Amino acid sequence: MRSLARLLLAPAVGSLFLWMIVPLAMTLYFSVIRYNLMEPGEHAFGLENFRFFVTDPSFGTAILNTLLLLGSVIVITVVLGVLIALLVNEPFPGQGIVRVLLISPFFVMPTVNALLWKHMMMNPIYGVLAQVWRAVGLTPVDWLSDWPLLSVIIMVAWQWLPFAVLIFITSLQGMNREQLEAARMDGATWLQQFRFLVLPHLARSIAVVVMIEMIFLLSVFAEISTTTGGGPGDASTNIAYLIFKQALLGFDVGVASAGALFAVVLANIAAAFLIRLVGKNMDR
Amino acid sequence: MDLTSPNGQRALLWIRTIAAWLVALLIFFPILFMLLTSFKTELQAIAVPSVWIFTPTLDNFTHVQERSDYLLYAKNSLITSVVSTVVGLVIAAPAAYSMAFFPSRRTKDILMWMLSTKMMPAVGALVPVYVMAQTSHLLDTTFALIVVFMLSNLPLMVWMLYSHFKEIPPEILEAARMDGASIWGEFWNVIRPLALGTLASTGLLCLVLSWNEAFWSLNISAARAGTLATLIASYSSPEGLFWSKLSAASVLAIAPIVVFGWFSQKQLVQGLTFGAVK
Repeated sequence: MRSLARLLLAPAVGSLFLWMIVPLAMTLYFSVIRYNLMEPGEHAFGLENFRFFVTDPSFGTAILNTLLLLGSVIVITVVLGVLIALLVNEPFPGQGIVRVLLISPFFVMPTVNALLWKHMMMNPIYGVLAQVWRAVGLTPVDWLSDWPLLSVIIMVAWQWLPFAVLIFITSLQGMNREQLEAARMDGATWLQQFRFLVLPHLARSIAVVVMIEMIFLLSVFAEISTTTGGGPGDASTNIAYLIFKQALLGFDVGVASAGALFAVVLANIAAAFLIRLVGKNMDR
Repeated sequence: MDLTSPNGQRALLWIRTIAAWLVALLIFFPILFMLLTSFKTELQAIAVPSVWIFTPTLDNFTHVQERSDYLLYAKNSLITSVVSTVVGLVIAAPAAYSMAFFPSRRTKDILMWMLSTKMMPAVGALVPVYVMAQTSHLLDTTFALIVVFMLSNLPLMVWMLYSHFKEIPPEILEAARMDGASIWGEFWNVIRPLALGTLASTGLLCLVLSWNEAFWSLNISAARAGTLATLIASYSSPEGLFWSKLSAASVLAIAPIVVFGWFSQKQLVQGLTFGAVK
């Protein structure tokens, strides 16, 4: 029985191990050689690639942008997500349709999301936002040039907000109604009910939302590559996009690999943080 | 006004209803706008202020099929997402089963390690995977995409299945074992009926994720194996200036999965909660 159980585990563990170790080993190797696709031949290069990547002025910006993007999207989606879930939790006319409308953006693929916002929403002349701005008497904003990182944050948050709402709605439906009723009888204000009953009940689903979003948002790529291309300058370049620029646009595999190792380190720091968060949730 | 009186209650319901509808329409608005734009002519599409009443045209949709063979990309999307999901389930289910019902000292470490591979940004593996695909002539093949999609969804699949399997009371299994069920019989006759919902919701989520996957499709596929995400990206310039054609292509790309998502939202959310929400 034991060994059979282990046998069942083997394909998943084996394939994931290969998926992790082969690229990692190759990345390690590439990172210490001079490997430029435009210059034939590979030469030992020591730690030059790392020095190059780290001293690249884009590096600091990219780390900062990665964290800003991750942090703001998580805050926006969790806060708005809880509020919206509370708003649509109790029955009202058209609840089903409202739910369907609310969750739709989650199913929109990132490239469509990016182009839709870039052109139809954020275009400074024809875009919907520009029309709204003019309607209230403001000068339209050239979103992608003036606020590139904010624009990307808006797109990504628009995609992930429905996800948070969906999870929170499901969680709220499992709430103990009698408890809420009793609290109301005892004269608890709305804020007190929220603080002492609703929020603790939502804690676990908030942890799940933060976890899943962290996994997916550390490497936002399509939204950047199809809209700002990381620019202007490095204003909206995150680590994922910086490595991509080095590797496929700069043809410098060595430097890109050094960068990739940094990304792995960054991911592991995030993972360590997450594992403590999730680990607590696993021991119920 | 007294909010607990019947009149106050009704007023509150009205306020809630209106607020909820406003929020929902606001969030859905970009999709609605794109849907409308796909039926406009190019001139109507960029009109300021936006045109809301017009004679719809289907020209954009025929243009998309003629210019870029939508059906080929749709076929690639369908094949890669379905096959990678099915293969992923076949590999993930036994692993999750084994860890949930025969836990060892290392089970938790294995689970954490699996999750950590998902945390590694795909871009970290881009160069090696690209080089491997190139040397084995698998660049721009559906096979390469299937393998990559499957592997990148595998950790999530194992996790979801594991967290749901753990909720099946072990007593049921013991009873089956007492009756002399083999491990296969146990899996097929006892676990499978209980886990069918979980398998479905895990599969659904992975289907959505693979359909919408953009990083690998943009980087290791092109005209032959490209998915719909690739097709849309090709509209980013210079055709991006043609809004109604871009919209038509986008609508065609997202419609299957959005409609699919609407119908399966309940199942989907069950898979996503990792058993944390009940």
